[in-house]
Amino acid sequence: MKKFFSDLYKKANTGIWPIVIALAFMVVGAVSVYQSPRSLTAFLILMATPMILYFMKMDMKVKVFIGLMLIIVILPVLGIRNIFYLEVIFQMAVFAALALGLNIVIGMAGLLDLGYVAFYAVGAYTWAIFGSKQLSLLHSIPGAAPADAPFALAPQWFWLFLFLGVGLAAMMGILLGLPVLRLRGDYLAIVTLGFGEVIRVLALNLDKPINLTNGPQGITPIQRPPLPPEGILQFLRTILTPIVGHPPTDAEFYNVMFYFIALIIIGIVILVATRLEDSRIGRAWTAIREDETAAIAMGVPLVKMKLAAFAAGASFAGAMGALYAANRTFVSPETFSFQVSIGVLTMVILGGLGSIPGVIFGASAVVLLNIQILQNFSLYLSDLRQSDKIIPIINFAWKDLSNQLDPAKYQKLVFGLILILMMIFRPSGLIPAERRQRELGEDKIEEE
Amino acid sequence: MALLQTNEVVKRFGGLVAVNKMTFSVEKGRIVSIIGPNGAGKTTFFNSLTGIYTPEEGKIEFNGQSLIGLRPDQVASAGIARTFQNIRLFGSMTVLENILVGMHVRLKQNPFDILLRSKHFNDEEKESEEQAKELMAYVGLKNVGNELAHNLPYGGQRRIEIARALAANPTLLLLDEPTAGMNPNETEEAIKLFRRIRDDKGITILMIEHDMRVVMGISEHISVMDYGEKIAEGSPKEIRSNQRVIEAYLGRGAAVAHERKQ
Repeated sequence: MKKFFSDLYKKANTGIWPIVIALAFMVVGAVSVYQSPRSLTAFLILMATPMILYFMKMDMKVKVFIGLMLIIVILPVLGIRNIFYLEVIFQMAVFAALALGLNIVIGMAGLLDLGYVAFYAVGAYTWAIFGSKQLSLLHSIPGAAPADAPFALAPQWFWLFLFLGVGLAAMMGILLGLPVLRLRGDYLAIVTLGFGEVIRVLALNLDKPINLTNGPQGITPIQRPPLPPEGILQFLRTILTPIVGHPPTDAEFYNVMFYFIALIIIGIVILVATRLEDSRIGRAWTAIREDETAAIAMGVPLVKMKLAAFAAGASFAGAMGALYAANRTFVSPETFSFQVSIGVLTMVILGGLGSIPGVIFGASAVVLLNIQILQNFSLYLSDLRQSDKIIPIINFAWKDLSNQLDPAKYQKLVFGLILILMMIFRPSGLIPAERRQRELGEDKIEEE
Repeated sequence: MALLQTNEVVKRFGGLVAVNKMTFSVEKGRIVSIIGPNGAGKTTFFNSLTGIYTPEEGKIEFNGQSLIGLRPDQVASAGIARTFQNIRLFGSMTVLENILVGMHVRLKQNPFDILLRSKHFNDEEKESEEQAKELMAYVGLKNVGNELAHNLPYGGQRRIEIARALAANPTLLLLDEPTAGMNPNETEEAIKLFRRIRDDKGITILMIEHDMRVVMGISEHISVMDYGEKIAEGSPKEIRSNQRVIEAYLGRGAAVAHERKQ
């Protein structure tokens, strides 16, 4: 049986077949999502396309072409038909960037950081404070804000604050790194966990003496970066109206714009992560993870390299934090709870510690599970609950099923299960890290 | 002037004096050994030299520069490379990458080079890969560059460690029991390799070793440690017949018996 499948895969992975399969998945997925925008199966078929593109043998140009088609044309169009998909992909991108950042700290440098969400919060609050009315409300009591307070900065400033968020988060990374350099393993985990909580509690309590974060109520509204000029929007509207069936609204354009910003950031993050990994710095990180004493004896400066790992990891979270604040137009301390750190850790471990494609996959899978699969299951259950059906044999009416059994509330259980199962059955993750294979030409050396 | 000169180096662990007033020097271009029974303080002395421990007293000078208070990575960039008694490779990196990590102190690429993949970066990576391949061939590793280091057999791992140490272009190479656990053939090969390292590359070698065939075979100068102190030094011939050395290794009775036999 196993042999049959591996033979089948081998056959499917030669010649023109991979292209056919990828296109088939993309077309079938796209058409079925178009037809029934609410179907989960249709969306999963579509989302299988990037996996096929990544894993199967194809000409690089073809891969890029199909990938770009999917990203630039198909997804935004489908997204306008059902805005929820853009939201799913946006979240995937945000968490993939967080997972990639955490992957540098944990996966490459081996520093167990359980307070990673703090950097995300720093990025988010950076734009939240400056991109909202908060600066003019510094001396007013939370909740009693005058409605006519002006925004401190124009929405265009978002672009600058995206970079400021990156810089500030990186600085926080270094600040956290400095005191914990001497710690290893569990001790490091505890201190970073504490750090994550400190940032959250700061956000919770910095509404006095001056009202910087508006306390538990959070900051809203936060400005979004402006849409492209009206001319371009008008042009897009004329093209898109016949395809999606209605003239796209501004809200939909905002979603598409955030989708593209998130994609650009994740693209940069992937580029930075892969380039760092395959360099003197990345090798030094891995060396530190493998054996600190040997690494330092080889001349790897531990302090500098660990701080660099914290800073690089934190900067990714900072960028996504700022973007998240603008996207939601709302931040509150609750968004940055310990559970987010654990969630990102789950993504990294599910995908494979140290494996860049792995953690992207892990992030996508967990996000999908969290906001789509569990939700769908919840909806299904609540439908059943409202029906008069009865579970046969045990004669239990669905109506009597407790509300507490809502799968959407199972996030923590799911994270826990994933962590435990992965540790037992596949500790190196679903797509384990692989070392780069170099062209050695060693046969030549032998001949000489 | 000596390449490495230590003066009354003392390292204590609580009440235990692990290294006691070690005064010791290594001339440039020589192969020098430190021997002594287990627990004599040899490895502690090595760790004091390389900055892993900071000695409580004494001076260590290398090439006219004081090493006291330097971190291990600074000692490494000063030109001292080392191997470890129990092999310490970066197990889940490839053999080639292990050697590239050894080059860390020599590589000049900065974060901008890395992120922008500048010409400088590409040239440097290419060059260092070439050098790493040469080093692999030099220590006799064939067709294993892409293997993970922990998948290699014991002898191979020893070789990687030496290649990794050589990658830093050191002036002084510290080897901590480099032939431990090797069979006679491998030991023979290793001895040849050490000689070549000194002869072709002009690298001074200081080693801790228990295998007397190695020690007597290639050392030009031997220091003997016992209970943290240097009890004797000299040429292999002098050491072989030194009364205190025999006592330290075999006990007083054996030493007397040995004398009678002679």
